[in-house]
Amino acid sequence: MFSNTLVQVGLFLTVLLLVTKPMGLWIANVMNGNCKIINRLGAPFERLIYRTLGTNPDTEMGWKQYAIALLLFNLVGVAFVYVLQRWQVWLPLNPQHFSAVSVDSSFNTAISFVTNTNWQGYSGEVTMSYLTQMLGLTVQNFLSAATGIAVVFALIRGFARHTSKTIGNFWVDMTRSTLYILLPLSFLFAIALMGQGVIQNFDVYKEVSTLQPTTYSTANEAGQLINQTTNTQTLAMGPVASQEAIKMIGTNGGGFFNTNSAHPFENPTPLSNFLQMLAIFLIPAGLCFAFGMMVGDRRQGWAIFSAMAIVFVVMAAVAISAEQAGNSILTASGADQTVSVSQSGMALQSGGNMEGKETRFGIVSSALFATVTTAASCGAVNTMHDSLTPIGGLVPMWLIQLGEVIFGGVGSGLYTMLIYAVLAVFIAGLMIGRTPEYLGKKIEIFDMKMTAIIILVTPLLVLIGTAIAVSVTSGTVGVANPGAHGFSEILYALSSAANNNGSAFAGLSANTPFYNTLLAFAMFFGRFGIILPVLAIAGSMAAKKRIPVSLGTMPTHGALFVTLLIGAVILVGALTFIPALALGPVIEHLLMVGV
Amino acid sequence: MDRIIENNAAIGFKESIKQTIRPAALLFVVLTIITGIVYPLVTTGIGQWLMPKQAGGSLIEKDGKLVGSTLIGQNFTEAKYFWGRPSATAPYPNNAAASTGSNLGPLNPTLAEAVKGRVAALKNADIDNSQPIPVDLVTTSASGLDPHISPAAAYYQINRVAKARGLSPETVQALINNNTEGRQWGVLGEPRVNVLLLNIALDNATKTSAR
Repeated sequence: MFSNTLVQVGLFLTVLLLVTKPMGLWIANVMNGNCKIINRLGAPFERLIYRTLGTNPDTEMGWKQYAIALLLFNLVGVAFVYVLQRWQVWLPLNPQHFSAVSVDSSFNTAISFVTNTNWQGYSGEVTMSYLTQMLGLTVQNFLSAATGIAVVFALIRGFARHTSKTIGNFWVDMTRSTLYILLPLSFLFAIALMGQGVIQNFDVYKEVSTLQPTTYSTANEAGQLINQTTNTQTLAMGPVASQEAIKMIGTNGGGFFNTNSAHPFENPTPLSNFLQMLAIFLIPAGLCFAFGMMVGDRRQGWAIFSAMAIVFVVMAAVAISAEQAGNSILTASGADQTVSVSQSGMALQSGGNMEGKETRFGIVSSALFATVTTAASCGAVNTMHDSLTPIGGLVPMWLIQLGEVIFGGVGSGLYTMLIYAVLAVFIAGLMIGRTPEYLGKKIEIFDMKMTAIIILVTPLLVLIGTAIAVSVTSGTVGVANPGAHGFSEILYALSSAANNNGSAFAGLSANTPFYNTLLAFAMFFGRFGIILPVLAIAGSMAAKKRIPVSLGTMPTHGALFVTLLIGAVILVGALTFIPALALGPVIEHLLMVGV
Repeated sequence: MDRIIENNAAIGFKESIKQTIRPAALLFVVLTIITGIVYPLVTTGIGQWLMPKQAGGSLIEKDGKLVGSTLIGQNFTEAKYFWGRPSATAPYPNNAAASTGSNLGPLNPTLAEAVKGRVAALKNADIDNSQPIPVDLVTTSASGLDPHISPAAAYYQINRVAKARGLSPETVQALINNNTEGRQWGVLGEPRVNVLLLNIALDNATKTSAR
């Protein structure tokens, strides 16, 4: 059992390491227009797009112009997704005749998918038409991820250039990242997923006869409980694979179905599960390499990668062991949580805390997935996070609160981590009394102001948002579990929204006007409240002169810097959130071991 | 240097919004058509052409009618069938049109009560059985549609099912083994037994032996 855990986790890390460099090379080359095949095949099509837009791809933008383009483009997306949900009842591809989505839920979902959060207050298979799923949600899965890539490239250019007024062309960055990175990867991945059993059709939900009739009680119109018997089962259908692929590749995480990657039609086998975890980290890891390449020193990229990987491995180990150790309440209730193996050596049961988990994934593939999806700002789930053990639930929550920098979202993970790198050299500069510099750029007052905004914006949204939600009845009424766990549900929701993760302690009834509005606010400012200062830093860095490396320059590619960077991330995350975590999962853990 | 850029931007702020809204909207339309229409349709085409069974939901047909999907669990409560993972869907278990988990927290008293109830139901159905009850048999799955149970959870139920059907435990054990999958590629996930396929095989075996 223990050895299989090591093999599964080891295999995942090995494959990730192997794909990082080729992925990074591909990303950097197509984004910079250095890939010959793409230039030959894609250039005519690209030119057609730019002619339609009436823009010149060779004209670059300053950071403010870039920011305006980015904001307007994303606002168009919000408006479109909102209207599509409100009008879906009159539009085609709605075989289940779903009505218009409510005003507050449509608004929340529009913000949610545009900000790459993909928080879902609704339940997919009973709410959204196929048209809304593909034309609204699938599209935003692509475009929000492309926006992330655009921003990180703007920032990397800021470091790579000197004395430059511009940081790139937003239209070109969006077009290239969508067409050459996200689209081909998603297409290949969708085919692989279908091979494993992920569905892809436009059929009406299928009715099948069950082997055994099921008797259940429901309330009739008068409110009395009556017994009913059914001998059929209705299977939800839809174009799932195409959405599933970009959901993972773009670290979006919004499931086609309510139970997301736990649903057998979204994630049918352990292999599809492995590929989904890999897909989440694929671009964020590749971007680290692309960053190193573009700033002219690959070690810089590997240093960032190492810092991320170290934190990830530690967190995964904690989550897996907590879930494997299980829940003492289950044992007290008569369930056997011990691992057992047959005489021939086949595992008979994974044991551990199986509440809210799927048998095919067991403990290891579930806890690893939970770590991956919250280290990156994906938010897809293959296990119900609300039912994780207290410590098993603390890991995903804290990873989200660290600001989604452990690989993080597509683009957003790296750009936020680079800001932490700036913070780390600043702290180091204070300690040794030198002007801090990163990649040959002097870090000055303006840059540190922007850095401070970036570091503070999500903690403020999370903590103030949680404080509001626990203080008003419309906030506490949504809580599903009693005691400390109820507080955790609210804290998790705000952490997830503000950091654009999108997973949930899903017992919280969040599809209410109160939560739809509060969380939409958190998602919007958690996304663009970071992107704008990041672009400002990009502009400021691009304009600076490059300082030559001297004896006084602190190297930012070695073990010392990696330690400093991890220290900066953990320090900010711990100081900000440990008091809140103590009220939730920590108390709950103490109660559990005390029982 | 900084100042020059700022001045330019300040002069052109309104103007630059006006100039930007058109390409923003147009690029949105172009990329929406590519990623929201062309991409899902081409994927569907390839799925229907190369792997229609998987793309259609891995449906099982028996005597000309659809009896389920190999990927979606069904509800079993009769003694002669293997029981699957408990399901938290409403209004009845294993409702494949509205998936959900229980979302019960680890210390929620409702969880402990539910588990105790399931343990009691299993023991009532098989009074002589004193084996430990595998945790996956008494806890709800994440999707509410889990088609599998662990091999341990299947072995636990052998005597009950064999007795109810008048089959030998060895026959039932052999059917379990036929419907057990190991870890994928020997490494990934966990070994598991497909409950619906096992129960269909059981029905077939009982029919044959009755003849």
